[in-house]
Amino acid sequence: MQSTLEIALERAAREHARRITALHLRIGALSGVVKEALEFAFDVVTADTLAQGASLTIDTVPVVCYCQKCQSEFQPPDPFYECPNCGQLSHQLLRGNEMDLLSIEIQT
Amino acid sequence: MTQTNTPATLTSPATPGTAAAQVTIGQPILSKNAQKAEENRADFQSRGLFVINLLSSPGSGKTMLLQRTLAELSGRWRMGVIVGDLQTDNDARRLRASAGDAPIDQITTGTVCHLDAQMVARSVARLDLSEVRLLFIENVGNLVCPANYDLGENIRVTLLSVTEGEDKPLKYPVIFKRADVVLINKIDMAQAAGFDRQLALENLRRINPDARVLEVSARTGQGMDQWYELLESYVKRN
Repeated sequence: MQSTLEIALERAAREHARRITALHLRIGALSGVVKEALEFAFDVVTADTLAQGASLTIDTVPVVCYCQKCQSEFQPPDPFYECPNCGQLSHQLLRGNEMDLLSIEIQT
Repeated sequence: MTQTNTPATLTSPATPGTAAAQVTIGQPILSKNAQKAEENRADFQSRGLFVINLLSSPGSGKTMLLQRTLAELSGRWRMGVIVGDLQTDNDARRLRASAGDAPIDQITTGTVCHLDAQMVARSVARLDLSEVRLLFIENVGNLVCPANYDLGENIRVTLLSVTEGEDKPLKYPVIFKRADVVLINKIDMAQAAGFDRQLALENLRRINPDARVLEVSARTGQGMDQWYELLESYVKRN
């Protein structure tokens, strides 16, 4: 969360913002990040910064794998990435690792 | 993903003297760490160092594994250790006691639950790594956060001890999916701990079919020869 805030604060400074009112994140299901923990950390790290009191929106991206044999994408229901069609283990993760800061809202 | 220079667009006129704007960033949160990790990687390569990021829960036996490895392999090549802990330098002291003259540096992270690439770069600057071929980075004992931080390592080794149960890889899939090698440690205690070895191996294979899995006991030395052979192959190919 500290890294997120640093990126946001740097950008806000460049835009001569007085406040950051919102942050929008995209977090993959496989990133290991727990949404509630992130929200808690957010309040702690933003205290006494330009982002104090800002709202936090988190889009969760589900895990999507690719099966080479079936040449198709699938969303695994469990941590085993087995293709529901052929049962082969997928070695290719298409989505689910994301940890991105998409945008911020500022007041200038 | 990296369009960092998008100008701010005014979305709503606000009260006089203020304006609200939506600023598109679209940047990976850990992009700074990723950049620093690449710098570390280039630095390690230029020094001829093979670097291993060692991850596990607290108490899985990372320090003991390194103590034994340092003691038994110090005649083959020079090794170094960077050890991360929330508090205390107990692990570094344990390592120094068994490491002879191997360079060892402690990173005390305070409240931070993982090592990052910047901490490792500073630690490397403190160490005399001349002649060192193999550098171990003992990460903070934690199966969640360290998984997301690239330190610039060549490979990741995740330790699982038999007392943690055979379903640990299912509870913390990320750290096991991203491992190049999984060491099942304390294998001498498998029976006493009621550890279902077959199920553990099957779970690991299904979670990460590409990982190399070795069963070892850092305490008794069981299975450690395979670990040493693997290390030797890394040092040789580097």
